[in-house]
Amino acid sequence: MSNVKSILLVGVGGQGTILVSKLLTSGLIKAGYDVKMSEVHGMAQRGGSVSTQVRYGDKVYSPIIGRGQADVLVAFEKMEAVRYAEFLKPDAIAVINDHEIVPLPVAAGLTEYPQGTVEAMSSAFKTLVLPAAEIADSLGNSRCMNIVLFGALVKAFGMTDIDWKEVMREQLKPSILEINLKAFDAGMAL
Amino acid sequence: MKKFMSGNEAAARGVYESGAKVGSAYPGTPSTEIFEDLPQYAPELYCEWAPNEKVAAEVAYGASVAGVRSVCAMKHVGVNVAADPIFTAAYNGVGGGYVIISADDPSMHSSQNEQDNRYYARAAKIAMVEPSDSQECKDFMKAAYEISERFDIPVLYRVTTRVCHSKGIVELGERENVAAKPYVKNIAKNVSAPANAKANHPKLEANLRELEKYACTSPLNRMELAGSKIGVVTASIAYQYAKEAFPADASFLKLGITNPMPMELVREFAAKVDKLYVVEELEPYMEEQIRAAGIECVGKELIPNMYELNPEIVAESVFGTKAETRDPGCAIVARPPALCPGCPHRGFFYTMSKHKDYVVCGDIGCYTLGSADPLRAIDTVVCMGGGFSVAMGMAKAFEMAGQTDKKVFGVVGDSTFFHSGMTGAAEIIYNKGKVIPVVLDNSITGMTGHQENPGSGLTLMGEPAKNILIEDVLKAYGYENIIIVDPQDLNAMQRAVDDAVASTAPAAIITRRPCLLIKKIKHDIGLCRVDAEKCRGCKACLKVGCPAIFMKDGKASIDATLCVGCTVCAQVCPFKAIERMGE
Repeated sequence: MSNVKSILLVGVGGQGTILVSKLLTSGLIKAGYDVKMSEVHGMAQRGGSVSTQVRYGDKVYSPIIGRGQADVLVAFEKMEAVRYAEFLKPDAIAVINDHEIVPLPVAAGLTEYPQGTVEAMSSAFKTLVLPAAEIADSLGNSRCMNIVLFGALVKAFGMTDIDWKEVMREQLKPSILEINLKAFDAGMAL
Repeated sequence: MKKFMSGNEAAARGVYESGAKVGSAYPGTPSTEIFEDLPQYAPELYCEWAPNEKVAAEVAYGASVAGVRSVCAMKHVGVNVAADPIFTAAYNGVGGGYVIISADDPSMHSSQNEQDNRYYARAAKIAMVEPSDSQECKDFMKAAYEISERFDIPVLYRVTTRVCHSKGIVELGERENVAAKPYVKNIAKNVSAPANAKANHPKLEANLRELEKYACTSPLNRMELAGSKIGVVTASIAYQYAKEAFPADASFLKLGITNPMPMELVREFAAKVDKLYVVEELEPYMEEQIRAAGIECVGKELIPNMYELNPEIVAESVFGTKAETRDPGCAIVARPPALCPGCPHRGFFYTMSKHKDYVVCGDIGCYTLGSADPLRAIDTVVCMGGGFSVAMGMAKAFEMAGQTDKKVFGVVGDSTFFHSGMTGAAEIIYNKGKVIPVVLDNSITGMTGHQENPGSGLTLMGEPAKNILIEDVLKAYGYENIIIVDPQDLNAMQRAVDDAVASTAPAAIITRRPCLLIKKIKHDIGLCRVDAEKCRGCKACLKVGCPAIFMKDGKASIDATLCVGCTVCAQVCPFKAIERMGE
C-alpha cells in the first residue's frame, strides 16, 4: 500500500473536474497501474462543492481517502482548496487555480468571500498557484481552464513519464483537441 | 477484456452477463446509473423506468414468476416503498432468479436519511449479497442469480454510494444464455392467500437454513489468513477501508453473502485469531448477530455507526492513529447547492416566500432546494409523495385547532406526482382537504440527472410513449379549477396562487416550464445585466436566490457566464435596473 498515490481534485459543480479525472485514470491505467476513482453525484452538483479522488499504485483497495492522506491537491477554485486542506499530507503539493466563484451565501449578501485563502494555503503547503481561467481566456476558450490545471498537475506532481497528449488524442473529440493540447502545454509551462 | 467501470456500470454488466431478460427501476441516487446503463444490452434484455419502486419490484417479480431472470433497482429509501411485494415474494419464492438492488447512501450525499438496508434482508427473510468493488459488482451478480434460483428466494443486492460511484478495473465476461423456464400455473406457490402463506413460511425457513450452510462454503465468503493476533470480519466497502487501516499481518474474513450470516464460518475464523474485530459501515448489523451467537468481538464501541467510513476513520477509531494534517488557518464559507440560474422552480418559491401565512409542504427533488437561504419557502420535506399528504394532515390540524390564518400548499414535482403524489391528490379531494396541490412540472426527473417518466413522452429504451397529462389526471380526480402557469412570469404566478386560494371549486396549480438542462429542447437563452446608474443597491434581486447575482461595490452585478436571462431578478427589481439584453 505504501506506493499508492492519492490525487484529490476539488472545485465547484460544473468546472470540469470529471474530465480531468477521466484523462488521469486513462493514462494511469495505460501505464499499468491499478487505479480507483471516486466521485459524488446528485445534489452536490447543483452549484455545490465537489470532489473527485484518484488513487493509483500496485494494488489499490480504498477508492477514497481520509484526512492527511492526499499526495496532491488540484483546487479548481481557491476557497475549495482550504475546504479540503485537512485531507492533505503535510508534505503534499497543492495546485491552486487563483479563481473565485462566489457561493450563494456571499451572493445573497449574508457573508463575505474570505480573504487570503491562497496565502493561507501557501503558508501551510508547497503550492503552485496559477490564473488558469485567465490563461484559458488568453488561449481563446475559457472552458479549457480544467486542462490548464491538468497540465500544471502533471508538471507539479512529476507525472511526465506518461504520454498525456496521446491520452488526450484518444479521449477528446477532434473539435476540442487542439485548444486543449495548447491548454495542457500552457499548464505544463508554469 | 478489461474496462474501467463504476460499480453501477459493472452491476448492469453483471445483470447482462447473468442472462437476465427483464429489469424495472425508479431512479434515485446512488442507484440511477445502473439502469441508465442497461439499454445498451437491448434487445436481449428489456428495461424500463417504472413510476415508483414498488411498481418496479412488482414488475421484476412478475417476470421472475413467469420464468426469466429479472432485476429491479432503487435507492435505499426506495426499498421502503417497495417493501410490500418484497416481503411476500420471500414466502412465495421465485421462478427465474430475482434480484433487488438496494443502493444505500451512508453520509447522505444525496438523501434524506442513511438507513441501513441490510436489516431489510433479515426482516424480509431474503438472501443478501454485498459486493465491495466494481469487479465484484459484476461477478457477484451471477452468484446472486444462482442463489436465488437454487434456494427459491429473492436476493437483496446491497451496494453503497462508494461502491456505486467508484470506478475500478473490471475483467468482463460473456453473456450466459439462460433459457426461460416454462411457466406453469402454481396457485399454492404464487397466490399468497393465508392458507398458502402458512405452508410457504416453513419452506422459506428451511431454504434459509440450507442457504446458511451454503454461505459457509461459498467463494463469496472467503478467509484471507495472515497472522493469528488480529482477525477482521468485514463486508462491502468497509473491507477496502479495513485492508488499508489494519496491519499486514491481520487476517480477514471477507463476506459477500451477509444474510443469512454464515455463522459457522465466522466461528471457525474467530477460533484462528486472538482478537476479533467487526468492521462495517453504519449499524452493527453483523456484530449483533456475531455476539448473539456467543462469539466475542469488537465493533461499534470503537467504530462510528453514523456517516461513511474511510481508511483514516477506521485506523483512528480502532488504533487511535491520529492523521497528520495542516490547518491553513483560514475561515471559509459554506457552498450549499442551489437552484440553478434559470431554474423554473425559482419563480414559484419566490412567490411563496413573499407570504408569511403560506405553509408549504415540499417533497424530494431539486425543488427541495426551495427551502434554502434566501428563499426559505418550504416548511416540511419528508419523502417521495409526502408533499400532498403531509400538507393534508397539517391543514386538518389547523382546521381542528381553529387556526384559520394559514394557507396550506402541497408541492410535488412531475415525476414525484406519478411516483406517489397521485394518491395524495386523491386524498385531498376525497377527504375535502383545505390544501392547494401544486405540481412543479419541469418535464423531467431532474435531481437524479434527467430520467424519463410517465409524463415525459419517452421510455428508458428511447421509444416514444404516451405522455400522461397531469391536468387530465387531476381533472379525473375532481379538481375543477386547474390553473396552469409559467412560474417564470411572477405576476402570472401570483395571480394563479390568488385564484387557487379564492377558488370555491377544488383547485390545483401546475407550474409548467421545462428544466433548462434538458438538452433536446431549444431554450430561450439570454443574458440579463444591471444598469449601475439605476441600481440603488437595495438587494431586492438577491432575494430570488440566484447563483448568478452578487453585490459588487454596493451595486448588484450579474455573472454573465452563469446568467441565462430568465428575468426573474429583473421582475423583482423596484427600480427597473435589470434588463435582458437585446430587448
